[in-house]
Amino acid sequence: MIELKHLYKSFEDKDVLKDINTTFDNGKTNLIIGQSGSGKTVLMKCVVGLFEPTSGEVLYDGRDFVGMKKKERTLLRREMGMIFQSAALFDSMSVLENVMFPLDMFSDDSYKERRRRAEYCLDRVNLLEAENKFPDEISGGMQKRVAIARAISMNPRYLFCDEPNSGLDPRTSLVIDELIHGITKEFGMTTIINTHDMNSVMGIGEHILYINQGVTAWEGTKNEVVGSGNQSLLDFVFASDIFRKAVISQE
Amino acid sequence: MFIQRFLHSTGRYVELMGRTFRKPESWRMFGKQYLKEMAQLGTDSIGIVLLISFFIGAVICIQIKLNIQSAWMPLWVSGYVTREIMLLEFSSSIMCLILSGKVGSNIASELGTMRTTQQIDALEIMGVNSASFLILPKILGLVTMIPLLVIFSTVSGVIGAYATAWVGHIITATDLTAGMQHDFVPWFFWMGAIKSLFFAFIIASVSSFFGYTVEGGSIDVGKASTNAVVSSSMLILFSDLFLTNILS
Ligand SMILES: Nc1ncnc2c1ncn2[C@@H]1O[C@H](COP(=O)(O)OP(=O)(O)O)[C@@H](O)[C@H]1O
Ligand SMILES: [Mg+2]
Repeated sequence: MIELKHLYKSFEDKDVLKDINTTFDNGKTNLIIGQSGSGKTVLMKCVVGLFEPTSGEVLYDGRDFVGMKKKERTLLRREMGMIFQSAALFDSMSVLENVMFPLDMFSDDSYKERRRRAEYCLDRVNLLEAENKFPDEISGGMQKRVAIARAISMNPRYLFCDEPNSGLDPRTSLVIDELIHGITKEFGMTTIINTHDMNSVMGIGEHILYINQGVTAWEGTKNEVVGSGNQSLLDFVFASDIFRKAVISQE
Repeated sequence: MFIQRFLHSTGRYVELMGRTFRKPESWRMFGKQYLKEMAQLGTDSIGIVLLISFFIGAVICIQIKLNIQSAWMPLWVSGYVTREIMLLEFSSSIMCLILSGKVGSNIASELGTMRTTQQIDALEIMGVNSASFLILPKILGLVTMIPLLVIFSTVSGVIGAYATAWVGHIITATDLTAGMQHDFVPWFFWMGAIKSLFFAFIIASVSSFFGYTVEGGSIDVGKASTNAVVSSSMLILFSDLFLTNILS
């Protein structure tokens, strides 16, 4: 469980996040949605500590992350996995080496055990056959799956995904969504996903935080979106008239 | 304004070095990185060092023999001057200046690309001290390899000088040998080696600083790589002045 309390973030001239309060439960896919530039990435970076919030609290199962000493922070980070918008695989390493990397860094297991764990994670994302390829030799969707395998190799309690579907076709996006959803259930992780993909919202949105211009504009589940009566949210999720008419008439 | 920016960068550089010189989180991975950097920064530079040193050794010898030497100078002067120039300045300072172009841009663009593609963020999220993990092996790797490159450079320069005797017949090998052996001061070799250690540290750490702190995209990586080469060259030139003064 991750709690945000009165979170603010400003850059020199601009207030990006204004008073964000929410709770992300474990075993649930928590979505942060909003237009491009609404502050999703900034919010996620504040939560994981790549940015310092201007004020407010971030609690990991009650542990205060913002006020933590550097050393404790580093230890807590070993319980986190993150999938970046650009996949951020290490391009000097093969797929298997990428997935083994966190284990090589922090695990005392033997090479054989580490390799078995990495292969298990690769198998979980259906990529075992690509283990000897390099990141620039595989497709964008495969890179995202490798990133997922790398993120879960240390059995994290918290999983962060920044626009995991960006740059992927709709079908591949669904595969990635299902993968993240399945892993979240299987390991009971606290998963937070940034997205502006309507399919993800309606597919795996168990808890949705809609951010508009830096403030929480709506919060709920995917089943509550259509009946929310929140015009800005509906405009955002059903940006295209075709979908909107289809959904509203179904209602 | 300029002074302010300079002080600001210096502060950030010192802070980065503070994070870099930490005990590695995993000796296994550190060893792997260290070997990789020794190969990438050191071994891969041997070719260019041999090539340039060979020609400079030959050219110095020809210049002295044909353009400087006159009747009242002893015959060993060409060999002697070639040896001293190689030992005192070329194989350490000038060679490091050349390497700062090759190695410095390599380091800055590699780290800059890792920064802009979020690979450095990925390391931080895993709980890795990215500065120490990426930069420390580069600094130690180059510092380890540089004395070797100095030796290669000196030897190659001497061979270049002999080539002017054997192939070009511009000077006799006997005169050259007499010059090479004339009044040899072993300290000059050590002086070059010691200076090169400082220069290697400058190249690796300054270039890492520019690469690691890139903000933006590929254009900024290019700029960082240029800045890395210019700044480390300047620092090498200035510190050469002081080091030569102190060590002489
Ligand atoms: N490092 C930064 N410095 C200044 N402004 C920033 C920085 N990072 C993001 N911003 C601003 O914060 C706002 C939100 O950006 P972001 O969180 O990336 O949006 P998105 O919801 O598309 O992920 C943007 O207006 C952006 O210009
Ligand atoms: Mg974003």
